[in-house]
Amino acid sequence: MDLSTTYLGLSLPHPLMPGASPLVDDLDMVKRLEDAGAAAIVMHSLFEEHITGERARTLHQIETHANSFSEAPSYFPDRPALSVGSEPYLEQIRRIKAAIRVPVIGSLNGTTATGWLDFARLIQQAGADALELNFYVVATDPLEHGQDIEQRVLDILRRVKASVTIPVAVKLSPFFGSFAHLASQLDGLGADGLVLFNRFYQPDIDVETLEVVPRLQLSDSSELLLRLRWLAILSGHLRASLAVTGGVHTAVDTIKAVMAGAHAVQLVSALLQHGPEHLKTVREEMVRWMEEHEYHSLRQMQGSMNLTRCPDPQAFERANYMRVLHSWHP
Amino acid sequence: MNLRRVLTIDGNEAVASVAYRTNEVIAIYPITPASAMGELADEWATQQQPNLWGTVPKIAQMQSEGGAAGAVHGALQAGALTTTFTASQGLLLMIPNLYKIAGELTSFCMHVATRTVATHALSIFGDHSDVMACRQTGFALLTSGSVQEAHDLACVAQAATLATRIPFIHGFDGFRTSHEIAKIEELTDTDLRAMIDENLIQAHRERALTPDRPVLRGTAQNPDAFFQAREACHPFYAACPDRVQRVMDQFAALTGRQYHLFDYAGHPDADRVIVLMGSGADTVHETVEWLRERGERVGVLKVRLYRPFSVQQFLAALPPTIRALAVLDRTKEPGSVGEPLYLDVVAALHEGRAEGLSRFTEEPTVIGGRYGLSSKEFTPAMVKAVFDELTNTRPTRHFTVGITDDVSRTSLSVDPEFDIEPSEVLRAVFFGLGSDGTVGANKNSIKIIGEGTDRWVQGYFVYDSRKAGAMTISHLRMSPRPIRSASLIRQASFLACHQFDFLDRYDVLEYAAPGGIFLLNATDAADRVWDQLPREAQTQILDKHLRFYVINAYRVSGDAGLGRRINTIMQTCFFALSGILPIERAIVEIKKTIQETYGKWGADTVQKNLAAVDQALAHLHEVRLPGRVTATRSVAPLVPDDAPGFVKKVTALLLAGKGDWLPVSAFPVDGTWPVGTAKWDKRNLAQEIPVWDPAICIQCNKCAMVCPHAAIRAKVYAPAALTGAPAAFKAVAYKAHEFPGFRYTIQVAPEDCTGCNLCVMVCPAKDKSNPKHKAIDMQAQRPLREVERHNYAFFLQLPEADRATVKPDVKGIQFLEPLFEYSSACPGCGETPYIKLLTQLFGDRALIANATGCSSIYGGNLPTTPYSVNRDGRGPAWSNSLFEDNAEFGFGFRLALDQHREQAWTLLRRLAPQLGTTLVDELLQADQHSEAGLAAQRQRVAVLKQTLATLASPEARRLTTLADYLVQKSVWIVGGDGWAYDIGYGGLDHVLAMGQDVNILVLDTEVYSNTGGQQSKATPMGAAAKFASSGKATPKKDLGLLAMTYGTAYVARIAFGGKDTQTVRAFQEAESFSGPSLLIAYSPCIAHGYDLKFGLDQQKLAVESGYWPLYRFDPRRIEQGVPALQLDSVPSCSDLTQFMRNETRFRIVEHQDPERFRELAAAAQRQNAYRMALYQQLATLVPPTAARGAERPSSS
Repeated sequence: MDLSTTYLGLSLPHPLMPGASPLVDDLDMVKRLEDAGAAAIVMHSLFEEHITGERARTLHQIETHANSFSEAPSYFPDRPALSVGSEPYLEQIRRIKAAIRVPVIGSLNGTTATGWLDFARLIQQAGADALELNFYVVATDPLEHGQDIEQRVLDILRRVKASVTIPVAVKLSPFFGSFAHLASQLDGLGADGLVLFNRFYQPDIDVETLEVVPRLQLSDSSELLLRLRWLAILSGHLRASLAVTGGVHTAVDTIKAVMAGAHAVQLVSALLQHGPEHLKTVREEMVRWMEEHEYHSLRQMQGSMNLTRCPDPQAFERANYMRVLHSWHP
Repeated sequence: MNLRRVLTIDGNEAVASVAYRTNEVIAIYPITPASAMGELADEWATQQQPNLWGTVPKIAQMQSEGGAAGAVHGALQAGALTTTFTASQGLLLMIPNLYKIAGELTSFCMHVATRTVATHALSIFGDHSDVMACRQTGFALLTSGSVQEAHDLACVAQAATLATRIPFIHGFDGFRTSHEIAKIEELTDTDLRAMIDENLIQAHRERALTPDRPVLRGTAQNPDAFFQAREACHPFYAACPDRVQRVMDQFAALTGRQYHLFDYAGHPDADRVIVLMGSGADTVHETVEWLRERGERVGVLKVRLYRPFSVQQFLAALPPTIRALAVLDRTKEPGSVGEPLYLDVVAALHEGRAEGLSRFTEEPTVIGGRYGLSSKEFTPAMVKAVFDELTNTRPTRHFTVGITDDVSRTSLSVDPEFDIEPSEVLRAVFFGLGSDGTVGANKNSIKIIGEGTDRWVQGYFVYDSRKAGAMTISHLRMSPRPIRSASLIRQASFLACHQFDFLDRYDVLEYAAPGGIFLLNATDAADRVWDQLPREAQTQILDKHLRFYVINAYRVSGDAGLGRRINTIMQTCFFALSGILPIERAIVEIKKTIQETYGKWGADTVQKNLAAVDQALAHLHEVRLPGRVTATRSVAPLVPDDAPGFVKKVTALLLAGKGDWLPVSAFPVDGTWPVGTAKWDKRNLAQEIPVWDPAICIQCNKCAMVCPHAAIRAKVYAPAALTGAPAAFKAVAYKAHEFPGFRYTIQVAPEDCTGCNLCVMVCPAKDKSNPKHKAIDMQAQRPLREVERHNYAFFLQLPEADRATVKPDVKGIQFLEPLFEYSSACPGCGETPYIKLLTQLFGDRALIANATGCSSIYGGNLPTTPYSVNRDGRGPAWSNSLFEDNAEFGFGFRLALDQHREQAWTLLRRLAPQLGTTLVDELLQADQHSEAGLAAQRQRVAVLKQTLATLASPEARRLTTLADYLVQKSVWIVGGDGWAYDIGYGGLDHVLAMGQDVNILVLDTEVYSNTGGQQSKATPMGAAAKFASSGKATPKKDLGLLAMTYGTAYVARIAFGGKDTQTVRAFQEAESFSGPSLLIAYSPCIAHGYDLKFGLDQQKLAVESGYWPLYRFDPRRIEQGVPALQLDSVPSCSDLTQFMRNETRFRIVEHQDPERFRELAAAAQRQNAYRMALYQQLATLVPPTAARGAERPSSS
């Protein structure tokens, strides 16, 4: 079965890969992912606030008490070279590149087009084959206009594209006023791919301690539906390739995503639940399904159910909750 | 081409630079003010910088200076070029080896930043008492008086030791030279190679012990041999001075800087000469030049080579015209005829006469004086006073200068107005707060000017002795001619005050020279700031015709994202106002420095600082002076009127920075100092203080428990006590049952709180409708200050809870009065809550032996003392002996106390017929295991004393003196990990083995905190520390496990933030155990590198991750047939990296080398797991004897 696909200009034997997750922190795990057939490895994100925060925090701790007390001009050894914030990340890319053969996709996460974007170049220098720009913002400022936020995304992409030669994908949330318009603008600026969609860590409330606690709820297949809609809407209209992330757990989920237009399919929750070998299982089931349904290649189904090709395009466009609600029984 | 760089560096670096390049082995131990030399050597070795021969010197941090000396001795014997750096007590610990090294005629040069030896008190500052204590060891003593000299003579000493085989101590004044930054010409490697003779190195190597040419050293000799053999070395000493002079001549030919064994400067026909060594000699030199210009025939003889003392060279160096000599010693030798240098001069003159070497037209009068002890200022005015004294026909034979000795009348009077500093010298003084970066910026400024212009520069920095809210004073001189002044600036043409509040605490403007510039950082604008100044400041500004500038630097730093780091902003203003450089060039240089300093912290960090520089001048404004004083307020007295006489007379002056004014009579004769004076020092450090909301409070008292400064307290009291309470005083019904009907208050000490936030962080009570609001919240201090001051005063006079009624748990104990309060420890200190708890539980009957370190500094460094007394006048009796001997010192307390009690018992029994057998029996058999028992015994002792007062016998008088020892005393031996794990471990181990009833509290910060973060054996694997800068590769020593092996000591590992109940229980069990007890207390510290308001969370994480397992090992449990060890924590999360990443000490390892961090973290994780497995096994073990004992009843 020919499962080959092209994503971000990279020729891949199939579309399945682990999405950005802590799985890549452990080199053994990365090797297991490769053994399970991952078409590429997506790094977890290097966060803007991690870089800037780590620098500010470390410098503050070193400086605050220095030159204050007669017996102790400082409290830490002075090292001429420190790579605060990014070095562990870059080092991990280098180690992964040295250990595996499949492409490695770096990931940079931030919301402002400032100095930290230099790390795109460093990620490329560390050996990444492509870069995923993860724009991850919770728009809490009532004074900030939606257009301004979109402009920030575009500015970031523009700066990053100017500083690297590797392909750049943009990973977004669905929370934009006109997502299709934004996608089109990103495409126009030269985005090599769009990744739909990032998932927010959801704050939860501990009612005993009255504290807000971050909680990561693993996804399930129901989350795929939102992604299918937007894959289908965008598919065929963009030069950029498309990837799906969030809600892909099974071979059927993968097939749906590809039919909606995905060139790459990223799994995280399923791998965290079932282990890296689940990638192999999904791929094998996919092949089995495709054989049973007499497909001979992935490209045959790629985008087959997008807005322009599916039999009932309005189904993707209308806000069809009435029909859904009517079909729901307790 | 031998191009010599001009460097602007301090004395320590100048010396270390030579020592590092000319040696192969460096064994050290940190001690102020010499620590920096070892640290620099370690840094250079870590950077793989080679010495002259292309290898990287081996650096070893030892467990003590004694250990360092042993390692040095060994390395020398094995043929390596070896050095070490030390001072004060450290040098004293090396003395046994110094005798050996000298006795074996070993080429060796060590460098000493001379420091006061502790006598009636410890002092970290400089004098010659340490090197003078070594003059009899057989070492040559070579002294330097400035940074350039220290650099040069380090080289001369190293070359000379090889040439003479006599080992050298090269000494230079601690702080005054070691910490002074000055512009010097660097000796290049070529210079050093030219000075160090390879043949002599070869000879040194050939004398090494080697099995290829075996010899034996270190024999034991008998009366038939020792004396002659000891004399055999004499020719080497006789030849030494000339050889040293030849080395100095060789150095002069190379560099143009000529030194002599005795350097004379002054009038060729001088009639009066001062003889001295060290940095003071330059002060005399500049005064001599000034006096000569005014026609006086005066001179100075600078002693370079003090041992071996060359009589011939000494006499030859003096003009034959002298009539009177004053010999100045920077040390005191009580009971001697005179101080060491004086005696040598007198003897030399005498011998010169006897040997016909004397060239004097008339025999000079010789007088001797002491000056500059513990870095006491030595100024041209004092030099003038000495020269004036020499004009007297009968000058004071033994005098002091620089103090007012109104007891023995030794002091010379000094003209305070005498000032010789030329106007061409730009003098700048800056008052800063430790954390605002002032000193760092000034160090940069000096470098910019020193290395970027042809001006000579000098920077000297004076620090507060307190750790919290420390003030710094920077003294900067910039001159077109070389600077000889080795004293503080008194008249600054540029004066900056970076903290507005200082104007209300210190006489900042005293430093301003008439017509000078005064720059103030203030939040008020230029047109409003004048009215905010106290009367004293306004008066001085007008009287001295100062130009007054103001900047709101906090606004600029805040806008730039730099928080309260105002250093580069104030630095820019300094350059703009002083005109030392064209401002455009200055800004370029400042920005270059910013790039160099912050480049490694990323473009954002650099950008913020650059933005601050750009904005600085726009916010700098001159204040238009109104021409008259308009202030409506004066500076308030630092201590109130109701303070005790001693506090008003002595402490207040020390607090104001006017301690130099105090005469000898103001001081106790033996170092004894009153307790409880910290409460008079209201420092108002906190910008925000905790505010209590009684409606939400659950009355857990945890806020009081965790407070490092006893600045938030709990009381429970009868309602009637509230009579007269201030209107704002808060009180609610007490909720628990042990004090029915009582009222309860949590009260902050608003002016003593340091704003660390720990009380807020620990508070578990939240407002249900607005959980952001807790029972303790932080609010701005200033608006609350007055009202809370009154509330606190009222709170303090409320009755204390009955110790016998209070429940002895975490909550109840907080009702016991802390007898350790408002110490100068850092905000958020992790050590002091343990000490405070100790004093709450046992303070009224505790003797504390305190090892040198942080706890002795915040516990006993003047100006104030934090240990206090209760209403009965009882409280901890505290003393610091040394760093290394603390366990033995406290052990001595125990021996004495036991002896006193035994004597009292004996006398009781003997006097029983007169005293009544009932009282005597009760006194002898009293159960003192509870507060009630102790109170009852105190009652009996009171009755006993009354009865004894009616008896006239000598035995009754003896028993009266000893009666208080019938009440059980609690001996506490307190210190940090540097003491317990390293330098004092031998003694600690021995005391544990002795079985006596002492309690040892180890405040484990896992690093040498007080001297600035050097590794100890308590430093954990993976942490970066000085001497382990790439992350410590070996595990932390398991002190508790070692102590457990005796099986007879109580051992507990505690962390009050991890489990406070276990901490309290461990203290109680340790004290009640009748043998030795060891408490190892996890103590968060600024050297860990995180905001200490998270100290409790981090302690919790330490416990949960298995980093800091909690346990108690109680030998009494063996008797009960159960394992002595009980684990009080079980690791609940297995990931150590989360804990590690919270702290800079671990994170900087990751920033340097992520792979190494991962490896060390994994190794530490394995080590922790292994340790926990071991503990778990031990926690199941019952010693066979106890097990058999348990079985015996059933088998019999």
